[in-house]
Amino acid sequence: MFTPQITESAITGILWLIPALPIVASGLIALLKQPMRRLSATLAIGSLSCSLLLSLFAFGHVLVGWARGSAVRETVNFTWIQVGTAHVDLGWILDPLAAVMLVMVTFVGLLIFIYSTGYMAHDENYTRFFCFMSLFAGAMLGVVIANSLLLLFMCWELVGLTSYLLIGFWYQKPLASAAAKKAFLTTRIGDVFFLLGMVWLFAQTGTLLFYNAGMGSMEALKLGGLLATPSGLGLTAAGAIGLLIFAGAAGKSGQIPLHVWLPDAMEGPTPVSALIHAATMVAAGVYLVARVYPLMQAGVQFSSTGEAMGTTTALTVVTWVGAVTAVFAALIAVAQNDIKRILAYSTVSQLGYMMAGLGMGGVAVGMFHLITHAFFKALLFMGAGSVIHGCHEEQDIRHMGGLKVEMLGTFIPYAVGMLALCGFPLFFSGFWSKDGILEAAQHWSIAKTPFYMLVFGALLTAFYMTRQVSYVFFGNWRGRGEPYESPSVMLMPLAILAFFAIFLGAIGTPAWPWFRAFLEGHAARFDLTGFRDPGLLTLMATSSVVVLLGLAIAWWTYGDKRVKAEDPDTLERAFPTIWTLLEGKFYIDELYGVTVIAFYAWWARVADWLDRRVWGGIVAGIAWLFREGAQLSRLFDLNWVDGGFDKGCEELANSGGLMSRIESGRVQIYLRLLALAVVLLTAILIWSSRG
Amino acid sequence: MTGFATPLTGYLLVAALLFAIGLAGALTRRNAILVLIGIELMLNAANLNLIAFWRYLPHPEALTGMMFAIFSIAVAAAEAAVGLGLVISIHRHAHTTDLDEMNRMKG
Amino acid sequence: MSFVFWLLAAITVAGGLAAVLLKNLVHCALALTVVFAGLALLFLQLDAQFAGFAQILVYVGAVAILVVFAILLTRSSETPKDGGVFSRTWGAGLAISAAVFAVLGWVVLQSEAGLPREISVPNVTVLQIGNALMGRYVLPLEIVALLLTAALIGAVIVAMHEKGDAK
Repeated sequence: MFTPQITESAITGILWLIPALPIVASGLIALLKQPMRRLSATLAIGSLSCSLLLSLFAFGHVLVGWARGSAVRETVNFTWIQVGTAHVDLGWILDPLAAVMLVMVTFVGLLIFIYSTGYMAHDENYTRFFCFMSLFAGAMLGVVIANSLLLLFMCWELVGLTSYLLIGFWYQKPLASAAAKKAFLTTRIGDVFFLLGMVWLFAQTGTLLFYNAGMGSMEALKLGGLLATPSGLGLTAAGAIGLLIFAGAAGKSGQIPLHVWLPDAMEGPTPVSALIHAATMVAAGVYLVARVYPLMQAGVQFSSTGEAMGTTTALTVVTWVGAVTAVFAALIAVAQNDIKRILAYSTVSQLGYMMAGLGMGGVAVGMFHLITHAFFKALLFMGAGSVIHGCHEEQDIRHMGGLKVEMLGTFIPYAVGMLALCGFPLFFSGFWSKDGILEAAQHWSIAKTPFYMLVFGALLTAFYMTRQVSYVFFGNWRGRGEPYESPSVMLMPLAILAFFAIFLGAIGTPAWPWFRAFLEGHAARFDLTGFRDPGLLTLMATSSVVVLLGLAIAWWTYGDKRVKAEDPDTLERAFPTIWTLLEGKFYIDELYGVTVIAFYAWWARVADWLDRRVWGGIVAGIAWLFREGAQLSRLFDLNWVDGGFDKGCEELANSGGLMSRIESGRVQIYLRLLALAVVLLTAILIWSSRG
Repeated sequence: MTGFATPLTGYLLVAALLFAIGLAGALTRRNAILVLIGIELMLNAANLNLIAFWRYLPHPEALTGMMFAIFSIAVAAAEAAVGLGLVISIHRHAHTTDLDEMNRMKG
Repeated sequence: MSFVFWLLAAITVAGGLAAVLLKNLVHCALALTVVFAGLALLFLQLDAQFAGFAQILVYVGAVAILVVFAILLTRSSETPKDGGVFSRTWGAGLAISAAVFAVLGWVVLQSEAGLPREISVPNVTVLQIGNALMGRYVLPLEIVALLLTAALIGAVIVAMHEKGDAK
C-alpha cells in the first residue's frame, strides 16, 4: 500500500516547468508574424520536447521510487488567496498516475506536432496553429499535474478554450465555427456542474487540494467528514460531489447525453482531432475521475487483499453512463460515412469503456485503456489525416478505396491501429486493456448487464472498423484524381505509434500486471500463473471470438468488393429503417434542437423582450422623468428665478428712474421738497406729542 | 382792536404769514433773485419771531432774543451778499436767471 | 392789540405780497424795502430799539441796495419770458407754503393759553448790549466777524470777472 513520501525532490520542484514551457512558447509564437513558420514550429516542438524530457525525468524518479518499494506522492502547495482564515491553495503533484499521463501526453503530443508540420504545410495559418496547439499542450499538462481542484479547473477551462479555438481553426467555414461553439457550450454545461461540485467540496472541507499532508480533500480525514454529511436523495456529500464532478468529466469526455459535440468537432484539422479529441482532452475527463477516485470510492470497504467490496452510488452511475455510451456510440459509428466521424464515434465509445472500467475496476483498469487508446487512436486519426491528404482532402469513405496499393506506408500502421482498437487477441495493446475492463465487468457485483453491453460493443467495434478499412483501403478507387502517399514526416509518427500500439499491451497483461502495480504502489512480478485464473482464460477466449466474429461478418459484408460510390451500403439495403436511425445518430441533435435549444431560444427572446421593454422601459422612463424634471427646473429657473430676478432688477431700474426725477436739477423743486418734509415732520411731531 | 388773547399771538401770526409768503415766493418765482428775496423775507419773519418772544417772555434783561436777532441780521446780510454774487456769476455764464432752465445738476 | 400794530402788520404783509407777486423785478425790490421798513417799525414797537435801527441800517441800507444792484446787473435777460414769471408748477409751491402757514398758525393758536400776557417794558440800553456783546456773546461776535470777512472776500471772488471772460 502507499507509504506516501511528502518530501519534495528536485524534479517535483521544477515540475511546474512542464506546462509552463509550452504556454510560454505559445505566447512567443503569438507575437510572431505569419510567415515565420519554421520559427513557430521550432518553438512549439522544442518546448514540448523539453517538457517530454522533464516528464521522463519525473517518470524515472517515480519509477525508481516504486522499484525501491516506497511509493512516490510528492506535492508542492502554495496559498493563492487568503481571506481572513479561509484560504485557497494551489499546487502540483507528482505521483504514478500523474507521471504516466505526463509521459503519454508529451510523447503523443510531440509526435502529433511533428506530424502537423507536414499536414499543415499548405495552410497559411501555420503559425496560429502552433500557437494554439502549444497553448493546448501546456494547459493539458497543467490539468495533469494539478494538485488543487481549482488549478485543475482553471487549466480545464483553458483546455476547453483551446479546443474551441482549434475546432474553429478554419473559422471561415460556417460549419467549423458552429462546431466550435457547440463544443464549447456543451462542455460548459458539464462544467457548471463541475463548478458546483467544486464549490460544495470547498464549503464542506475547506480545501481544494487533493493531497496536503493528510489535510487534502482526497485524504482520509476530509473524506470521512464528507461521508458523514448527508445531502439529498439518499446520497452522502461525497457521493453528490462525486456525481457533480463526474458531470463535468462527462461533458469533456463526451458521455451520453453530452456527446453531441465530439463528432462535430471533426471540422477541425486532423492533427487537432488526433491530439485533442482522441488522446488527450477527452481523456482529461477520465483522468479527472481517476484523480478524484478516493472521493468517488469513499465509503467502500476493502478486503484484506486490497480488493474493494461493493461500490458507491457515484461509481455505479459512472459505470452505467459509460456502458450505455459505449454501445450507443458504437451503433452510430456503424452507419457513418465520414472517415473522421467514424473515428470520432469510436472515441466516444471507447471513452465509455474507460468510464465503465473506472467504475467497475478501479483507477488502473480505466487508466490502462486510456493510455493504450491514446496511442492507437492518435495513430488512427493521423492515418486518417494522411488518407485525407492523399485523396485530395476527400473525407467520404465512399469516395475512397483500394488505397492499400498506393498508400502502403499509411496502410500498415493504420491496420495495426485498427486491430489494436478492435482488440485483436494477444498481440495488440487494445486487447489487454479492453480485457481488463471486461474482466472487471464480469466481476461486478451489482449487475451483469454492463458486461454484456461491453461485449456487444466490442463486436460492433470490430464490425465498423473493418467496414471502414474495407471501404478505404480495399476494393476499387472511387475518388477523383490519383491518390498519393504522404511525406515521411507524416509517416514516421505513424510508425512510432504503431510500435507502441503493439507493445504497450505488455505492461498490462495478467502475467505481468506492471501498470496496475505501478499505479497502486505494490510490487509486480512476471508470473505466468496469472493466467491460471479460470474465469480469465474463458474471458479471453470469449472476447477473441467476439472480435473475430465481428471482423468476419464485416469482411463478408464489405470485403474486397468493387462497388460504386453512389451505391447504398449493403446494410442499408438490408435494414433501411435501422440504418437511417443509426446514420441520423439517433436524432439526438435534432431532439436537442427542438427541446433544449428551442427552449433556450425562447428564453433568450423573453429575456430580450424583458430587457428592451421592461428594463429598457424603466430606464427610459427614469430618463424621461429626469428630462421632464430638468425641463421643469429650467422653466422654474427661467420664469421664477431668472424672471423674478430680472423683473426685480427691472423694477429697481424703473424706480431708480422714477427716483431720479427728483434730481431735476432745479433748485426750486428741492426747496419745495424740503419745505414739505419740514411740514410733515412738524406735523408728526405735534401729533405724537399731543397723543 | 382786540382779537388775540395775547399780543404775542398777533406778532407770531404775522411772522408766520410773512414766512409763508416768503416761502411761496421762493418756491414759485422763476427768477433767482426773487428766490433770494423770498429767503430774506423768511429770515426777517424769523427775526420778528425772536424779538417778539424776547419782549414777552420772562427775563428780557438776558438779552437772548435780541442778540439772536442781531446776529441773524448780520449773517443774513452776509448770505445775501454771497448769494447775489452767485446769481450775478451764473448770469454771466448762462445769460439767464431763469431757474427753470438751470438744471445741469439734473440726475 | 393796538391800532399801530395792525397798521404796521398790514403794511408789512402787503409789502411782502407785493415783493413776491409783482412782475417787474425793481418793483419787487422796492416792495421788499417796504417790508424791511415795516419790520423795523415793528421792532421799535416791541421796544427793541437797537434791533430796529440795526434792521434799518443793515437791511434797508445794504441788503435792499444789493438786491437792486443785482437786478440791474442781470437785466440783459429782460426779454419777455415765455410762460410768465411764475414757474409752471407754481400750484405745488403755493400749496406747500399754505401748508406751512397752516401748521405754524395752528400751533400758535393752539398754544395761546400757554403764552405769557402783559409784561413790563424792558429797559435795554446800548451799554447793556455792548456789554453783552463783549462779555457773554464775544465768541459769536468773533465768529460773525470772521464770517463777514469770508463772505466779503467770497462774494468778490465769486462775482469777479474771470480771465478771458467777455464782459
